[in-house]
This record gives sequence, C-alpha cells and structure tokens, in this order.
Amino acid sequence: MNLTLKIWRQKNATSKGKFVTYKVNDISPNSSFLEMMDILNESLVTRGEDPVAFDHDCREGICGACSMYINGRPHGPDKAITTCQLHMRRFKDGDTIVIEPWRARPFPVLKDLIVDRTAFDKIIQAGGYISVNTGGIPDANAIPIPKVDADLSMDAAACIGCGACVAACKNASAMLFVSAKVSQFALLPQGRVEAAERVNNMVAEMDRLGFGNCTNTGACEAECPKEISISNIARMNREFLVAKLAAPKPRVDSGGGI
Amino acid sequence: MALKYSSITKKVIMALAGLFLISFLIVHLGINLLILKNDGRESFNMAAHFMVTNPVIQTMQWVLFGGFILHILLGIVLQLQNWMARPQRYKVEGYSHTSFFSKFMIHTGAVIFAFLIIHLVNFFFRAKFGEMPHIMINGEQYEDMGLLVIEKFRDLPYVLMYVVWLLFLGFHLDHAFHSALQSLGLNHSKYTPVAFGVSRALAILIAGGFILIPVLIFIS
Ligand code: HEM
Ligand code: SF4
Ligand code: FES
Repeated sequence: MNLTLKIWRQKNATSKGKFVTYKVNDISPNSSFLEMMDILNESLVTRGEDPVAFDHDCREGICGACSMYINGRPHGPDKAITTCQLHMRRFKDGDTIVIEPWRARPFPVLKDLIVDRTAFDKIIQAGGYISVNTGGIPDANAIPIPKVDADLSMDAAACIGCGACVAACKNASAMLFVSAKVSQFALLPQGRVEAAERVNNMVAEMDRLGFGNCTNTGACEAECPKEISISNIARMNREFLVAKLAAPKPRVDSGGGI
Repeated sequence: MALKYSSITKKVIMALAGLFLISFLIVHLGINLLILKNDGRESFNMAAHFMVTNPVIQTMQWVLFGGFILHILLGIVLQLQNWMARPQRYKVEGYSHTSFFSKFMIHTGAVIFAFLIIHLVNFFFRAKFGEMPHIMINGEQYEDMGLLVIEKFRDLPYVLMYVVWLLFLGFHLDHAFHSALQSLGLNHSKYTPVAFGVSRALAILIAGGFILIPVLIFIS
C-alpha cells in the first residue's frame, strides 16, 4: 500500500509545531499501524532526519501508551482497540492519514505525538488506592463478594489509563477514566471504607487539573479500547452526591487502636 | 461562586433545573393547546386567568425564573471551561460515535434564549404591563390573551420565527431528559435505553405540540 501521512511535528513542549506530509510506500496491509510508523521512521533516519516521536511499549493493547489521534478518532478506526492493535488493512491504498497527538490542556505535547499524561497519575495519587499494608496474597473468597459486583468492578479495572476518553471528548473531560478508577473500588468491600473521601478527592483533583466537564455525549465510551461504560460515570456521580450529602466526615484520629 | 462548585455539582444543578424546565414546558403546552378549542377562546382565557391569579402559580413563576437563570448561567460556565480544556483543537475531529445534538447544547440553548426574550416581550410583558383587550365570559370581564396570540400568528414571519425557534427547542430536548438522569447518577442497563426513548418522545411531542399552535392558527 502507498499512503500519504500528515503528522503533527513539534520539536519540544515550548515550540509551536506544524503538520508535515510524508509518503510511505509498499506497506503490507497486514502490518500494524505502529510497524508502519517504524518503517516511516527508519526511512527518516536513513535520510538523516529526526524520526517521529510516539509513545509505545507493550504493542499488545495492555499498557495504553500508544496515544495517536488518527483521522479524527483516538486509536483510529475500529472499536475497542489501541493504536498498536490497529492494522493497515483498515485503510485503502492511496489514503491520506492525519495523525495528531491527544489534545487537552492537562496533556501538554512533549514532542511530536507524545503527550505528558502525568495528570492521570496525579488523579490516582489523590485517591485511586486503598490504604492497607501490603503483605501476602489474601485467601480467595475470604471476603464474600456478589458475582455481579465483582464482574462490574473487574470491568472498571480494565481501564489502562490511555487517555483516549479525554482525547475523544469534545470537552476533554476525564470523567470516564476517573469514574472507572472510582468504580473499581466503590464496588468492593475493601474499597467502601474510603469511598467518600476517594470520590471527593479524585473529582477535586480532576477539576483542578483543568479537564472539561461531562456533557453525556458518549464519545469516551465509543472510543475506549477497554469498552468502559459510561454507567461508571453515573455511579461516580451517585457516589459523589452521597459523599457530599450523607457521608460521615472522615476520621482523623485513626491510629490503628480501634 | 459557580466556578468553585465541582464539575459534578454544577451538572447536577443544571440537570435539576433542566428537568424543572421540562415540567414547565409540559404545563405551558397543555394550556396553549386549549387555544385550538373552538369555544371562542373561553377555556384558554380562563386558564390564562387562573395562571396569573393563582398564588401558587405566581410563586412558581419566580422559581421558574430562577431555574432559567441557574440553567443558563451554569450552562455558560460549563461551556467556557470545556472550551478552555482544549486550547488547541484537532485538524480532523468529531468522527467518534456520539449522541448528535449533545454536541450543540450551547448553540441550541443560545437560540432558545434569544427567541425567549422576543417571546416574553410579545406575550408575557405585554400581559403584565401593557394594554390588553378584554372579553366577557359568563358575564365577567377577562383579559383576552387568546386574541393577542391569534393576532400575532396571522403574520407569516411570526409563524415562521416560532417554528424555527421551536425546532431548536426540540433539538435541545433531544439530549435533555436522559442526560439529566445520567448527570443525577441514574443509569440502568434496562431503563437507560427507555430514558433515551422518552427524551426523543418529549422532544418531538413538546416541539411538535407547540409548533402546531401557530401553524394551525395561521392556516385557519
Ligand atoms: C425550556 C428550555 C430548556 C430546557 C427544558 C432545557 C433542558 C436541559 C436539560 C434537561 C439538559 C441536560 C442537563 C444534563 O445533561 O444534566 C440541558 C443541557 C444544557 N442546556 Fe438546557 N434547557 C433549556 C434551555 C436552555 C437555555 C436557554 C440555554 C442557554 C444557554 C441552555 C443551555 C444548556 C447547555 C449548555 C446544556 C449542556 C450542559 C452541559 O452538559 O455541558 N438550555 N438543558
Ligand atoms: S477509560 Fe478507557 S479510554 Fe479512558 S483511560 Fe481508561 S481505558 Fe483509556
Ligand atoms: S503500545 Fe501498549 S497499548 Fe499500544
């Protein structure tokens, strides 16, 4: 396949950046999108040019690194996949493909297609954990948990923090990501203990970082590689309302004595 | 103040105000449809009279006013934050599968608001502060709101303006009811699809019902 690529090139976080057009020829339809990018980069290196910087790690859809906004959609066409799982057979010979970085104020571009997703880490630090000492693996079924809750929690925990939800949302809202992280704990007894504090702190951090608000548009759910459902957003809103209206104040005197 | 509320609090207030506005629209439509009854505008004028004299309704009028202000102000604040969250836009964007009208809530809202002002000047302020024609019903004198309406809708430009306005109201309502439920945290695998249907039905019935009035008056 012969393709025309229009790729966002930006030297560093402070430079302006622009689209540059490249041609790639003789691409196998069975190669992956990232392999196609590798071929482009090899040819750039041979010509003595700067290769296109893009994030990638696992190349099998589990790390969430491969952020690329392809022809108007995060991770390109096809549902429920990351860029590394996208194949060139999804395109036609002679196509023009526009490749952009995630665009959101809390995700500044570092170089070319690489954005800084530290904002997600900050949200996790605000409450995406349970406060227990680590230790041996607990016995399975030591705490009985209804199957439905366990399943819903696992579904939410499938989120890989890729940021496609933010990239897809017209408001650059992080609600799907945050709601997945809130839900995976809120559904389990271990997570209930700190549920109210968690949702308050994570939502506050999300707002502080400058992500947009949710218009219930549903683009996030449509683009999420792990098919996280927006029913998690409703759950988070519910948790948030209950935390604001009815939850007891968090204890500050716990020292392990009780 | 609104800036300090969390994103979710703002959306929840917005949703409650929006649901209240929907309930108002339904009452408003119910009364307006009375004007199509062929009884010399009697039922319509009696209903209008009830609305301006009943103390409960008069109190609700202030609640309604507050609801509109809250909904509009929060809508604007949310939208500004949303635009700020993406300072640099994509070159090619908007190919994700989404609920279509949800992307244009601020635009349809702005159109609704602009015509709302004209609408209030035409009818509400006229009835409150202006000169009104009168009519005798069962030996008592009432303000003839119905006549005011019928005279306005003899004018083609007015009729067209209202039809356009109400279409935009319909577009706004298409992403209203179910979205408000979602904002309030109400999502259910079985009932959420029903809520989508209810939203669309409300949009069609409310906008369609209101459109019927100027159109039928004009052609009769
Ligand atoms: C009678 C008229 C109106 C009704 C019944 C109505 C109803 C609603 C409802 C139910 C929602 C969904 C709330 C949610 O998602 O939680 C909504 C959203 C919205 N409305 Fe209205 N509305 C009306 C007029 C207006 C006006 C005049 C504006 C003017 C700016 C406006 C601006 C918005 C915006 C911007 C949103 C989306 C907010 C967001 O999620 O970002 N609306 N409306
Ligand atoms: S919710 Fe989905 S799209 Fe968003 S970060 Fe998690 S995996 Fe990625
Ligand atoms: S490189 Fe890990 S998900 Fe794509």
